This record gives sequence, structure tokens and C-alpha cells, in this order.
Amino acid sequence: MTNHPTISLGISEDDLLNCTQCGTCLPVCPTYKIQPNETANPRGRLALMKATQDGILQMSDIASSLDMCLGCRACEVACPSGVNYGHILEQAKEAISSNTNYSMPVKIIRKVFMDTLLPHPKRMKWVKGGLRIYQKSGLQKIVRKSGILKVMPWHMDTFESVLPDVGPMFLHLPSNVTPELKEHSKEKPLIAFFTGCIQDAMFHETNRNTMKLLKASGYPVVVPDGQTCCGAIHAHAGEMDKAKKLAKKNIEMLERVKADYLVNNQGGCGAMMKEYDKLLEHDPQWAERAKEFVKKVKDINEILALVDELPDFKPIHEVITYQDSCHLLNVQGVKVQPRQLIHSIPGVQFEEMVSAGTCCGSAGTYNITHHEHSMEILDAKMLDVQATNATTVVTANPGCLLQMRIGIKRAGLEGKVRAVHIVDLLAEALKEDVKIN
Amino acid sequence: MLKQEIRKKLMEVVGPSWFLDKPHELVAYSYDATPMYQKMPDAVVLPETTEQVSKVMKIAAEYQIKVIPRGAATNLSGGTVPVEGGLVIGLNRMNKLLEIDQENLTATVQPGFVTADLHQAVEKLGLFYPPDPGSMKTSTLGGNIAEGAGGLRGLKYGVTKDYVIALEAVLPNGEIIHTGGKLAKDVAGYDLTKLLIGSEGTLAIITEATLKLLPLPETKKAVVAMFKSMTDAAKAVSKIIANRRIPVTLEFMDQGTIRVVEDYAKIGLPVEAVAILLMEQDGTPEQVNKDISIMAQTCKDEHAFEVKIAKDEAEGEQLMLARRTALTALARLKPTTILEDATVPRSEIANLVDHINKTAKKNNIQICTFGHAGDGNLHPTCLTDSRDKDEMERVEKAFDEIYEKTIELGGTITGEHGVGIAKAGYLEWKIGKEGIMLMKGIKKAFDPENLLNPGKLFTETTRPRRVIQK
Ligand SMILES: Cc1cc2nc3c(=O)[nH]c(=O)nc-3n(C[C@H](O)[C@H](O)[C@H](O)COP(=O)(O)OP(=O)(O)OC[C@H]3O[C@@H](n4cnc5c(N)ncnc54)[C@H](O)[C@@H]3O)c2cc1C
Ligand code: SF4
Ligand code: SF4
Repeated sequence: MTNHPTISLGISEDDLLNCTQCGTCLPVCPTYKIQPNETANPRGRLALMKATQDGILQMSDIASSLDMCLGCRACEVACPSGVNYGHILEQAKEAISSNTNYSMPVKIIRKVFMDTLLPHPKRMKWVKGGLRIYQKSGLQKIVRKSGILKVMPWHMDTFESVLPDVGPMFLHLPSNVTPELKEHSKEKPLIAFFTGCIQDAMFHETNRNTMKLLKASGYPVVVPDGQTCCGAIHAHAGEMDKAKKLAKKNIEMLERVKADYLVNNQGGCGAMMKEYDKLLEHDPQWAERAKEFVKKVKDINEILALVDELPDFKPIHEVITYQDSCHLLNVQGVKVQPRQLIHSIPGVQFEEMVSAGTCCGSAGTYNITHHEHSMEILDAKMLDVQATNATTVVTANPGCLLQMRIGIKRAGLEGKVRAVHIVDLLAEALKEDVKIN
Repeated sequence: MLKQEIRKKLMEVVGPSWFLDKPHELVAYSYDATPMYQKMPDAVVLPETTEQVSKVMKIAAEYQIKVIPRGAATNLSGGTVPVEGGLVIGLNRMNKLLEIDQENLTATVQPGFVTADLHQAVEKLGLFYPPDPGSMKTSTLGGNIAEGAGGLRGLKYGVTKDYVIALEAVLPNGEIIHTGGKLAKDVAGYDLTKLLIGSEGTLAIITEATLKLLPLPETKKAVVAMFKSMTDAAKAVSKIIANRRIPVTLEFMDQGTIRVVEDYAKIGLPVEAVAILLMEQDGTPEQVNKDISIMAQTCKDEHAFEVKIAKDEAEGEQLMLARRTALTALARLKPTTILEDATVPRSEIANLVDHINKTAKKNNIQICTFGHAGDGNLHPTCLTDSRDKDEMERVEKAFDEIYEKTIELGGTITGEHGVGIAKAGYLEWKIGKEGIMLMKGIKKAFDPENLLNPGKLFTETTRPRRVIQK
């Protein structure tokens, strides 16, 4: 092997030895499906991390194999031996990122996204403002016509075409809503709404709809100040210190508002926040506070499934299918709730998709960093979508939603199939519109 | 690393992206599901067609490179570990279902096709491929055949070897042979098909297989019975069979296993039970109901303290899942899990389990036992830590004693996991010096230059037999 000194990955030996190499996780791994090569499956990745830990391989040897991993954590659910794949992967990535000298463009992107934008809600608003101007000023038309997007890096053309209409910049979420109490109904717990940094910039309407649904279901809602990015993108990129900082801010925020639940509508962010306890377990000052925090984090699907009386829905006569968000399914274990909620809309014909639980290839920034692999996974997914005859594909995470829209475009299904967030579907079905401000 | 000239030739055959020899790629092909064996190959190729396999084999023969065929590497005997280095041929890209012949009731597959995918494909058409090793969602049919894999349905339907009727294979000199056919009867010379089954990649590389199918049974049902004594459970097994009931599955788990499985799967197994029998019957609804009630009654007669009949197929599946995950659930407890594969005549099960428990206690190690009670195939599983040298010595000693007893009871050293490297030291115990000589002769006839999967089956160092202390 290469002659660089070895730097251990800092993963506990017991964690790595837990893997018995039984191979049970192989059939659920999306990257192994597109590349039947042992370096592209979880058993292989674990073996490579172990070999690096043991000094047989260098970090640079295994970076490509780990980079190809979607981090969807389907392997973790399949594993009967309880291997904490996600945790092990994050540790390995942390070691790799702190020992890697990224090339200049990559450095800039990492810096801009992770330090300059995501943690700052106000700056994210400016991003949104810029997008709004781009979309509304006629600039978008000119740019699209010019063909300039095709020659831009990072597959800008693909993403530009599926971005939602972001809505005016001055639109704010109300700081709180209070439902009118129906007779006999008990007072509901107070909900703090976690808006999400990307979600609120790009999918403001989905956030509004979330508040509407909560109000219609009888929950009082506050949108607390001081919330920040959940830190998922940082953690998955191995920037653990930054992720921890953000986690602490969010914990402080929830402690201030004293709400009963912290509700969000993004499978990825929810999963990250539900693992703050693991993230901060070795920090004596924060470990307990993180545990309390985690108990309160709920996905919107979980909260709505708890409601004894959902608001009245009008019929939607469509064939509908649901694509699981990996982190909602594999980390948060939320599987039946969204399906139940879709079923609760009259007129809907729900068709389960064969690969619903398999990653769509979006995986955070994977569809940018590993565009070809991502599209290969996506194209296979679209065949399964088509097999359901669905006209609406429902998701529960902004990344999956954008990816499904790219998939629809690639499969030539525009105008025939749409992709929506489950919250938007439910809001569309509301019999009576709900005013929130 | 292989010589540049050889690398170039191999890349020409399979294409550069399917020739692997970067350090991390070699590590990824250095192990299988067997604990404690690891060795790196010199290179890996992933061919897509029989012709490519044949060309690769010809290059290997020309340069005298050892070749290790590999499916999903789920075997438990070290069968795909490149103990002498060499070239791994991964068959995972040859993963097509070529044909389902509904008139002759056969399926023809490439070797990398996954076992459970075949189940799905044929069951859609009302057909049935019975062999179902615990690893079926991952294992390849080529691997099943080369290993002679068994499964949970073996008691009634037999094992992989009973379903393979034709093979295409590449010999160590690169020539392609065809054996058998879509035939119910065929006595044209030696039965080469059967010879290749269970040959563990030491005779030829299987590149295509035709498998026999059955009509899919209408329905199935499961029943579980919990016992306070191992002897009672074993008696129930013998009586069920003596009653002329042949269940599809008749699986057994001991107390240690029950506790771990319950902890993992949380399906309400009683942790105070000393033994559990999990039984399944399939067929027409009348036959199934009748057999299940006879089996349930037999267990009660033999003092089962609880007998539960699954209310539907889904609940039955859930119960069987418990058994399927037994091995890996056990693996959660300790860093190293050593799974053994002792098989005795059905009537000797209670004797063997008793001996296993005594041996474990004597050597101060932890062994949980589960397995296919119906066919006498037990999996005593040792939970240990390979870093603990002292304990590992005691583990080895215990298994020597267990195998000694197994043979004494008229049993065999492996029922379905194969010999590989893990059991090579025991093979002579079972088949004797004469048997070894004959098998080596067969190996030589196929592979005079010892290129295919060297270091497997045969060893220079047979384990010394210890005298059992009574
Ligand atoms: C959780 C678990 C449960 C299991 N349960 C069972 C069980 O119930 N019953 C049972 O019998 N086994 C069981 N096994 C063992 C194992 O799964 C089987 O032996 C299986 O048949 C191996 O298939 P594979 O594709 O992984 O083959 P591999 O492990 O890749 O190979 C097995 C052997 O076959 C050779 N080989 C592979 N493909 C070819 C080919 N195309 N041509 C020639 N030689 C080839 C290899 O060289 C090797 O010697 C279990 C294993 C695990 C991990
Ligand atoms: S990660 Fe789990 S399922 Fe995968 S090989 Fe290891 S033990 Fe088996
Ligand atoms: S996280 Fe997903 S992509 Fe990564 S190894 Fe596990 S299953 Fe495969």
C-alpha cells in the first residue's frame, strides 16, 4: 500500500467488530444495486474502515468508497447485529475531512454553504430573495433561452429547472397561531415549529401549510426565534464541531420556549435532531439537555397521526404513491403514519411502490457531488413509480421532493405526474381553508 | 500485484472498470462471512458472460494464477477467502434470470442471480423453488450450488442438490462443459451435475444452472411449541415423523438462542422455555389443518407447556423470521460468533444437544444451539472474542469434542456449510484416508494444476482426534 503514515479513524474497535460480515445488508443497499462491487456495499465499507483503523489502508484509499455511500442508513435497519453504520460512517468522515486538503472550489462551496449561509436564517432569506428576483424579473427566461445553464458546473441546469416558485421575500410565517377551541375538545399540547433553513427559503408554502394543518387539528403553534440549521449537512460532511454548535443553539431555543413538541416537516432534519443525544453524549454539560430535547422532536406525520379527529378533507380522485424519506424511515422509524394520512383523504387510490423504502438518490448533496450515480438510482426509481400508475408522488422531505421532480422530468412525465410534499397534499384536501395571518 | 502484461489482458476481457486491484478493492475481497479468516487476493475480475469467464480462466491457466470463484460471500467455511492470493472471479454481474419454462417446470439462471429473487419470480407464476438457506436474500444460486446449501424447508423438500438438473461450467483449463439437461431421467455416464454440487469452487466455475421447480403449495401454516426439557422436545420431533407427518420445516432453538432472539425481535417468545420447536406445514388447506393439529397434539402429549398455532400466514412468517435471524441476533452479543454445523441422525438430537451443553460448561464457554431438528442438522454457535487467546483455545478444544461425539453418533462434520478452510482439518474424520485419496484424485482429474480455489477441502494437517472422556 501507499507509504503515508496511518492515522486511525478513531472508531471504537467494538463498533467495527460488531459486523459479522453476514451480508444481510447487501440487498438493501442502493449503491450496491447499481454497482455490484463489494466496495460499494455496507459490508465492504465497514471492512475498509476497519482496515484503515488497523493501519492496512490509508484514509485516501477508502474515501471514494465512503463518498459513494448515500448515507441512507437502510443497511442499519436491515442489520440484525445492530451495527451503528450511520454513526461509524460519520466518525470516519470526520477523520477524513479533518485530514483532507480539499481543492479550492470544494473549499469555497463547503465554506459558503456550511459557514456562511445555512446557519443564518436572515442570509437564507437573501438567497431566497435573489432566487425570487431571478424567477420573476424575466432573467430566468433569458437565462434558460441562452443555454448558459448547460455549460455551468454542478449540473445547474438540472436543479434550476425544478426549483419551486419561491414566493415573495417579505412573506413571513406568523410567530404563532391559536386554534379556536371546539366544544368538548381537550386543550392540545403547545407545538414549536422548526422551519428549517432550506425548507423555509425554498418551500415557504409548505411551512405555511404545516401551520395550517396543525391549527386545523387543534394545536397551538409558535415559531420560536433563535432556531438555526439542524446541522445535518455539516455532520454528514464530517464537520462534527460545527454540527455540535448548531445543535446546542437549537437546544437552547427549545428550552426557552417551553413547548411540548418541536415539530418539523423534513425527514432529514428531524432525524438529525433526534440524534442530538448521540451527537452530544460525551459532553457532560449537554448530554442530559440533549436527551430532553430529543424526546420532544416529532415529524409532522407523527403529530398528525396522533390527532384523534383530523380536519375534514374533500375528495382527491387520484392514484397516489409515497416515496419514503430515508431518514424519516430508517432513522425515525416513521413508516405507517404518512400512508395512513394519505389514506384518510377520500377518493384517493393509494398504490404502494415496490421500492418505496429505497433511497431515491437525492441524499443531501449527493445528487450534486455524485450526479451520475444519483441519476442512475433515480431512473430505476422512476420505473417503479410508473409501475404504480400514480399521478402524484408524495414525499416528506425537501431533498426527496426536488429529486422526484428531476426524475419526473427525466422520465418525460411532466404534466402527467407531479411530486408534492405530504403536507401540501393534505392542505390541498382541506375542506375549509385555514387562515394563519 | 499481477504483472502488467496479465493485468492488461484481463482488462481487455472484462473491461477496465471491472478489473479491480487498488488496495481498498483487494481488502473488500479478502473475507467472507466466516470469522477470523482474511487474506487479500492479487486482483478481482467481475465478468459478465460465460465467454469472459472462459477467457479469464485461460489467461489464469497460461500464467498459473490461482482463481477463487465468489458469489455473495455469505458462506461460513472460509470458502471464498483467497488463502493463497490469486484472482477472485466475482459472479455478481452474471445475475440474470434467463428463463422460466412453465412446460418443463424449470428455471434457468446465471450464477449471480440471488436466491430470494428466484423465489419471488417463480412464485408470481404459481411455481415453487423450495431451497431457502437463511441467507437467501443475499446468497447467489451459484454459491448455493457450489456449497450444496440447505435451508429450512429441507425436511420435506430436500436441499439445493435435489433441484439442480443441468449446469454449464468453465473448467480450470478454460473449456466450457454442459452437464445434465431438462430431463427427469438421465444416466449418460457419471453424474457430473451432482459432482459439481457442493464442490466449493474447487472443480469448475458454474456459469449457468437449470433448476427444477414445483407447483406452489396452496397454503401454509405455522405452529410453535415450547418445552421445559430438551428431551421432551426431541421426543416430539421423533413422534411427529413416526406419525408419518413430514412438516416443511421443523426448527429448533435452545434457551440461549430463544432469549437472544426475543431480545432482538420482540415477538413474545417465552424466555423461560428450554427448547422451542417451530413447525410449518404447507399443502391444501384441509391437509395443512389436519397435520398442524396432529403436530400440535403430539407436542402437548410430550409435555409442551405452550402450543401456539399462527392465525394466518403473516403471523407464521413472523415466527419463522425469528428462526431465520437467530444466527445474526446471536452475533450481537459478542465480537466473535463461531457457527458450527454438526449433523446427526434425527434420533440422536437430544444426545448431541446434551453433549454440547456439557462441553460448553466444562470449557467455560458460551454456546447457543439452534437448527433444523427435522433433519438432525444443528448449529451450535459459540459467542466469544477472537482477541482472547486463552478462550479461543478452549473453544477449539470444545468443538473438537463436539465433532468427535457427532461422528460417534453416526453424524457428519458439516450438514450444509461446507468444508472450505474452516473444516478442512476435520474432513478425514468423516471420510477416512481412503475417502481423502479418492477426492484428491477427482480434484486432479478436473484441475491437475491445482488452480481453482486452492487450500480448500484438503489440508496437510488433519486435526488430531482427542479421546472423549465419558
Ligand atoms: C446469516 C446466514 C445464514 C445462513 N443460512 C444458511 C442455511 O440455512 N443453509 C445453508 O446451507 N447455508 C447457510 N448459510 C451459508 C451460506 O449462505 C450458503 O453457503 C450460501 O450457499 C453461499 O452462497 P454465496 O452466494 O454467498 O456463495 P459464496 O460464499 O460466495 O461462495 C460459496 C462457495 O461457493 C463457491 N462458488 C460461489 N459461486 C460459484 C460459482 N458460480 N461456481 C463455482 N463455485 C462458486 C465459492 O468459491 C465458495 O467456495 C448462511 C449464511 C449466513 C451468513
Ligand atoms: S453490517 Fe450488519 S448486516 Fe451488514 S454484514 Fe455487517 S453484521 Fe451483517
Ligand atoms: S447508508 Fe445506504 S448507501 Fe450507504 S452503505 Fe448503507 S445502504 Fe448503502
